[in-house]
Amino acid sequence: MSTVLDIMTFFAVLTGAFFFLAGTVGLLRFPDTLSRLHALTKADNLGLGLVVFGLLPQAGGVSAGLKLVCIWLLVLLASATVSQLIARAARQHHARA
Amino acid sequence: MSDFLLAAAGFVLLMVAVGLLRILHGPAEADRMMAAQLLGSGGTAALLLAGAARIPAMVDVALTLALLAAFATVTFVISGSGSRSDANLAGG
Repeated sequence: MSTVLDIMTFFAVLTGAFFFLAGTVGLLRFPDTLSRLHALTKADNLGLGLVVFGLLPQAGGVSAGLKLVCIWLLVLLASATVSQLIARAARQHHARA
Repeated sequence: MSDFLLAAAGFVLLMVAVGLLRILHGPAEADRMMAAQLLGSGGTAALLLAGAARIPAMVDVALTLALLAAFATVTFVISGSGSRSDANLAGG
């Protein structure tokens, strides 16, 4: 059972790390601000989500696992809000330029 | 497993550090803020990966970083939009 959980952790964390790679590459390579914002939210939502999912079997107990999930939910909420705010700031900047 | 998680934390931190190049290049201030936002979420992931299984307090550190990253960007948007859109913000 423990081996199965370890394998789950392994693949989830690996996939999460891949999404952080994708977020960074997108942030550096995409042509304009809004598409870079699109790349950033991949790292926020999927990358951190998969990392948290992978860490759940390693957490001490149910409450520790719930805390990890709560952190992910906070980041999801913050990232959704913040990406709207950044997009509005970028649009205003674009309109002014 | 502990070594693997530590290596994954190192990899995520490396990705965040490479992403910070966007702060150097810009061009818009929103782009720079996005790299800082990536530091917030990536740093949260790295802290969780490095410490969550061994040191329970690291989860609180990660939580604080995630919270501060969100507030940092909100502050950027409010200060960046300047007096021109203060009425806009007050009006919702």
